[in-house]
Formats: sequence, structure tokens, C-alpha cells
Amino acid sequence: MLCDECKKRNAVVHMTKSINGVKEEINLCEVCAKGREGGGIEHHFSIPNFLAGLLESNIHPQININYQSGGSCQRCGTSFNQFKQRGRLGCDECYEVFREKITPLIRRVHGSTGHIGKVPQRTGGTIKLKRQVKQLKVKLKEAIEREAFEEAAKIRDEIKGIEKEINEV
Amino acid sequence: MAKWLRETGPESDIVISSRIRIARNLAETPFPYLLDEQQGEEITNRVYQAIIEGNEGLKNEFQLLLMKKLDKIERLNYIENHLISPDLAKNTTKGSMLINQEETISLLVNEEDHLRIQCLLPGLQLDETYGIADKIDDLIEEKLSYAFDEELGYLTSCPTNLGTGIRASVMMHLPVLNMTGYINGIFQASSQIGITIRGLYGEGTEFLGNIFQISNQVTLGITEEEIIKNLKDVATQIIQKERLLRENLFKDKRIELEDRIFRSYGLLRNARIMTTNEAMKLISDVKLGITLGLLNEVTLEKMNQLIPFIQIGHLQKKYNSELTEAERDFRRAEVIRNML
Repeated sequence: MLCDECKKRNAVVHMTKSINGVKEEINLCEVCAKGREGGGIEHHFSIPNFLAGLLESNIHPQININYQSGGSCQRCGTSFNQFKQRGRLGCDECYEVFREKITPLIRRVHGSTGHIGKVPQRTGGTIKLKRQVKQLKVKLKEAIEREAFEEAAKIRDEIKGIEKEINEV
Repeated sequence: MAKWLRETGPESDIVISSRIRIARNLAETPFPYLLDEQQGEEITNRVYQAIIEGNEGLKNEFQLLLMKKLDKIERLNYIENHLISPDLAKNTTKGSMLINQEETISLLVNEEDHLRIQCLLPGLQLDETYGIADKIDDLIEEKLSYAFDEELGYLTSCPTNLGTGIRASVMMHLPVLNMTGYINGIFQASSQIGITIRGLYGEGTEFLGNIFQISNQVTLGITEEEIIKNLKDVATQIIQKERLLRENLFKDKRIELEDRIFRSYGLLRNARIMTTNEAMKLISDVKLGITLGLLNEVTLEKMNQLIPFIQIGHLQKKYNSELTEAERDFRRAEVIRNML
């Protein structure tokens, strides 16, 4: 739908004006909406707002009650309500504190909640090794199903080796 | 001048530039919007130290620029050259940037995240671009601890950048796909496979000069290599479609096409008043003419350079004043005539 005013850009703001019972529909693009008399629309679309909206729609009413009282981040002081308003977290600790609550949102945005990409070289610690173990366990299961027991034994030893390495770290 | 403006790269008949942006945050530190000016400064210093301590040679390579020390016009110039984001430019209390001499690498500090490592090269060079950004990332990580979670990956202020924190994008000139309307099919298909398409200067800008920026949307649950390969595959397909359509147009409508291109070239070389919209349209025609071998008097590099040169910030810098709209249109025409 094109903007009623400039007739060039797509309309993104839709308003219904009702004066003395006479309704008038107005469709504007963001530029024209901003420039319009009467202060325009300040609450324009933004990613954080949009995310916050998604979060609301995702919350089960019962759990919602818990959220209201459900604390805030010790490190930066961000509360879950603040996150809902801003669509942004306050620090790395927030992800720990609100993990359960934001997991559905993250899944909605990315279709996944598991990182499989790069790991920090220095501080990544045992993550790479743990990933290796995970992959090997899948292989082990396959080998057992195929009744390739010799291969399975090898993989098992490999897993043991890496697990030992992890424990030492 | 930024490298993507000085030179053209692979597939330059269509691809203007490739860019990678990696979002990173420091561990145990509130994200930039929660920091005061002094804390913001500390982040800038820590990143700067990490770079120069990591590699002594980089001390001469990189220049540190604080947003509060740059005037509005200067900041606008960096935006128009795609070296910083509008969000960073707006942050005149805490925002800063580290930029290398070649203007291929810019580190944006205290934008939405503590650090955004950006690498920008001419033409289709996503692997090379990622390679450079990845090295800088490793270099910094040697000295600074990043906010990282085993499950969620690199932690970012906005959950849309979680995981790899990578946004890869390719800037493409697609005049014939746009002219024929086939671009709409690409829009639809792209959105279904997690690719976003935006205009020259990002979100909300129109597709000025038939320039389209395609980038990945998803950053979590996918590896860096996959993100880059996906985008490269999509870009390659778009390139093939555009080339095919250009060929057809060249065969079927040669005279009309030549007429349009040379008219546009004539206008650019002679007009006395020129709006951005008109100029971008004409530049697009001339770029098409060059790549089809119809126009040899001017280079693609020059036409690419015109794109930022005719924007408000560049005009204001060149003429050293805040120009009125009428003055801008007049000066813009002058800049173009002088270039051609």
C-alpha cells in the first residue's frame, strides 16, 4: 500500500481518525508520518520494540506472574521488565539470569538456540573438546548399531582420552 | 579514500563491495548503553591497547578517532563511505572508531555492542573479508575476554546478533533485475532463506541507483563458514541472473539501451542542477554502459566514487559549509561535471 501523502513510499503507519463519529483512515510512510502535524508518531517501529512484542505474545499467563517478581541481573541491574521494554539485555550475566525466559524468543529469531560457530581461542577452554566428545558419541552409537564393535571400541577410547583431557583442565 | 572506492574487485560489473561485521562484547561489563562517558572511554582504551599490544606494527596502521572530536560533517562522511554506522556517529559521548590506513578495517567501539569489527573490500570477496576480520578478532581476544556462552555463543546486546555475531553483506548494482521487475522474485525467495535486502545506506533507504545490499539474517545455530557460503551462493545466483538479463537487453534493445546510456552520460556531464535521486539514476545507467562495453571514456572506479561524493556530507565537506538544498543540487552537478 502506498503512502497517502507522498504516494511514493510504502505506507507503514496506519491510523484511523474519528471525529464526531466520522471515521477516516490514513496510511502513511515513515517519512510523511514523522513530518505530519500534531507531533507525528514517535513510537515508530524498531527491532528492540518488535522483539519485546514477540516476547509478550510468547509468555504463558501463569508464568507471566512469576516474571513480574522474577528478579533482576546482579551485575548491571537490568530487570526482566526493562528487557521487555528495551528489547536489549544489559550485560553477559543477563543471559544467565534470564536464560529460561528468553530462550523461546531466541528460538523464534534464529530457529535454533545452539551455537556451533567459532569459539574464543584463549578463553574458550574445553568447549571445543566437549563438542568433539559430542560428535564422537554420535559416531559411537552409529558404530554400535552397525555392530562394528572394533570401531566402536576405538571411538570409546578416543572419547575417554578427550574426557580425561577435559577433567585435567 | 576507502579501498572499495579506489579499486574494483572480482565481479565488479555487478558487485561493488563485500563487508563483514563481527559483534563482540567484553565479559563482565555492562553493554555500552548502560555505561557512562568515562566507562565508555575505558572500553575504547582497552580495545586500542589490545590491538597495538597484539601487534606492534598495527600502531602505525590504525588511527583512533573519537566521535565527540569529529564534527557532524566529518561523521557523515564516514557514514557515506560505509566505514561507520549511523548509530555510532550518533553516539557522541562514548562512540569511537579505530581505522586502518587502507580504510578496509574499521573497529566501531561502543555502538550497540562494545565492539564491531568491520572489514570492507571491493568486489565479491567474502572469504577474504571474513579472513581479515577473523584475524583481528583473534588478535583482540588474546588480550581481552569476550562475553561468550557455550550454548548461545558470543553474547550481544540485542538477541538478534547472538551466536557468531556475524553480519555479512554484499553491495550489488542490479539495474536490469530492477527494471524488469524480476527483483521482486529475488526479494521473496531471499526472505525465505534468511537473507535480507536493503538499500545503499541501510534500513529505510530506498534502492537509490539500483543498488542493493544483501545480507544474512540468522547468526545463531550456523557456522561462520556456512553464513558466508550461503550468502556467496545467493550473490552468485543473482549475478548470473543480472548478467543474463543484461545480455538479453543488449541483444534485443541495443539502440534504445545505447540511447538511454549516452543521454544519461550527457546529462551528468552537462547538467547544472542535479538532485541525489536523479544523479543516482544516471550513475546507474552509466555504470551499466561501462560494463556492457558501450562507454569507454570513463571508469567504473570513477562512477563508484561518485556515489559517496554526491551525498550531502561529502558536498558539505568539499565546500566547507552547511549548504541549502538548492546549493547542494548546484554543487552536486558541479562535482559530477568535474569528475567526468
